[in-house]
Amino acid sequence: MRSKLLIAAMLASATLSVGAVETIKVGVVAPLTGPQAHLGKDIENGARLAVDAINATNPSLGGKPVQFSLQAEDDQADPKTATVVAQKLVDEGAKGVVGHLNSGASIPASRIYSDNGIPQVSPASTAVAYTHQGFKTTFRLMANDSQQGKALGQYAVKLGKRVAVVDDRTAYGQGLIDEVVKAVKAAGGEVVGREYTTDKSTDFTAIMTSIKAKKPDVVVFGGMDPQAAPMIRQMRTLGMKTHFMGGDGMQSAEFLKLAGNSAEGAIGSSPGLPLEKMPGGADFTKRFGEKFGKVQIYAPFSHDAAVVLIQAMLRAGSAEPAQYLPELGKTQVDGVIGPIAFDDKGDLKDGPVTLYQVKDGKWQAVETIGGPPAK
Amino acid sequence: MDVLLQQVLNGLILGSLYAMVALGYTMVYGILELINFAHGEIVMLGAMVAVTVLAVLAALGVPVPLALLSALAAAVAVCVSTGVLVERVAYRPLRNAPRLAPLITAIGVSIVLQNLAMIVWGRQYLSFPPVLDIQIYEVAGATVTNVQILIVAVAAVTMGGLLVLVRRTRLGRAMRATAQNREVAGLMGVDVNRVIAATFAVGSALAAVAGLLIAAYYGIAHYNMGFILGLKAFSAAVLGGIGNIPGALLGGLLLGVIESLGAGYIGDLTGGFLGSHYQDIFAFFILILVLVFRPSGLLGERVPDRA
Repeated sequence: MRSKLLIAAMLASATLSVGAVETIKVGVVAPLTGPQAHLGKDIENGARLAVDAINATNPSLGGKPVQFSLQAEDDQADPKTATVVAQKLVDEGAKGVVGHLNSGASIPASRIYSDNGIPQVSPASTAVAYTHQGFKTTFRLMANDSQQGKALGQYAVKLGKRVAVVDDRTAYGQGLIDEVVKAVKAAGGEVVGREYTTDKSTDFTAIMTSIKAKKPDVVVFGGMDPQAAPMIRQMRTLGMKTHFMGGDGMQSAEFLKLAGNSAEGAIGSSPGLPLEKMPGGADFTKRFGEKFGKVQIYAPFSHDAAVVLIQAMLRAGSAEPAQYLPELGKTQVDGVIGPIAFDDKGDLKDGPVTLYQVKDGKWQAVETIGGPPAK
Repeated sequence: MDVLLQQVLNGLILGSLYAMVALGYTMVYGILELINFAHGEIVMLGAMVAVTVLAVLAALGVPVPLALLSALAAAVAVCVSTGVLVERVAYRPLRNAPRLAPLITAIGVSIVLQNLAMIVWGRQYLSFPPVLDIQIYEVAGATVTNVQILIVAVAAVTMGGLLVLVRRTRLGRAMRATAQNREVAGLMGVDVNRVIAATFAVGSALAAVAGLLIAAYYGIAHYNMGFILGLKAFSAAVLGGIGNIPGALLGGLLLGVIESLGAGYIGDLTGGFLGSHYQDIFAFFILILVLVFRPSGLLGERVPDRA
């Protein structure tokens, strides 16, 4: 139906106006220099692919033909630079923004977009706080840390009813484990022990001994890889064959390096689907590959972020943020990453979280939890 | 499984690591009445050097015992030269200065060493190469590994060696004499500078061994690992009676066991009100108690004019 309308609109625009074509500016922000530059470029290229594809369909807004142009800015993964480039985009008339990568950059920049009413769709930031600041303009396409905690908790109960949890008392670790505990209880599991550590500790033998005494089936850790790696080592040293799980803080190559052989069998979660499992994954990999090469991580997300923004403009018949923002909230799109809809906070509804397990010294995807129900 | 036994075992292993580091504090204090806050950083250097050398040798396919010994030798060499250099450059010029000056210098040296290590090795964690094949043994319901047994054995041998050195050798006698009275020892023909340098060398060699053991036990090394470790070992030395060598042994072992039991049981005992992340406060809580009620430590003699 929509495509018929589109074709009709295209025909109309082609016949009616041959005059000046209006150009609408969309910003894309990510670290384009520095150690995360490859990920930032991934985001820029993903968005570019989407914009080019849409421009090729000769879109029109309110009957007038338009073209979309992408303005890429570099936030250097730095909170301060993020606010500077956010202001620049606003001043130069961007109608919507795809970005940023890091939560630490998205959060300070979101205030500037919000003050100017510019919608922002982040392809990568997962901190819960990003969409929970009370701004109407913040959206994201990745499961947040609370959805991740939920997925971890549900999977833990599948492995065994008795779950012990450890967190490192940071905002991330504590937040994640609080969600895990809720999910474990909701799924009929039992939290048999809750222990704490810090993000600077290396000795976990005492807490692991007291956890061992409670005979859990699974231990879930909320924290980063420098703690997770010695923790799993010490668990194995204590003769515990219990499952060990953690969030994206430990689902890293660094964890594999630090934990060595002990890492085998550990389970870590990460937001989103693996590329090969995404509904539009194969096609996207092909199209992206022809133009830009290999997909890092975020390109499908930034592609869909651009699509979601522009389609909201097309549906509203206007690129004015105040006009199309309500439409953006009502998004129902089958994107590359899967069906996209937002909840009232701007978080991806049923954002999927993928669980990976260490097999033969590598992280391998085992299961995706959450995500929208299959059609 | 016997939880209590396991916790005590955990504590004894942790404690023997603390004891080895505490010895470095206590020896220097015994001789100079200086709290060498840079000692934790020497341990860190030992760990970093040992891990680096071991990684290179393991990659070259050198047999494990030889690689371990070379790593230990390299760590000892680097730690001893750093320890002696620090004494020569940072402490000796201040030997007759007010006591606060060398103390603050020690903190400065600690920061310098930490930052140097950060520049050399970067901010990331180094992992101990998987050269040790970990075997797990069951003992009366508790588990110990070959690495843990190795730690306790090495700690016992080196600390025993230290006692023999201090009590039975000529150098040891000179150390004890210098500790009692530096001026008089000098008048009696003891080369005080040499003895003090030797004390730093011995303490740093122990630190190197401790560094290697700690890296092997936890599997990681990091430029910042010496800080908390140093403070804990210092608390252990004070607990046993700073300046007293058997006191450092006792203090280290006790602190390890107290920490382990504390972290293991605090959550259950307080009904979750205090959690196991309070593990680190036990060391400092005990430090405060000792300073208030028995400033000379468990085995220390009361020396009112030095307190």
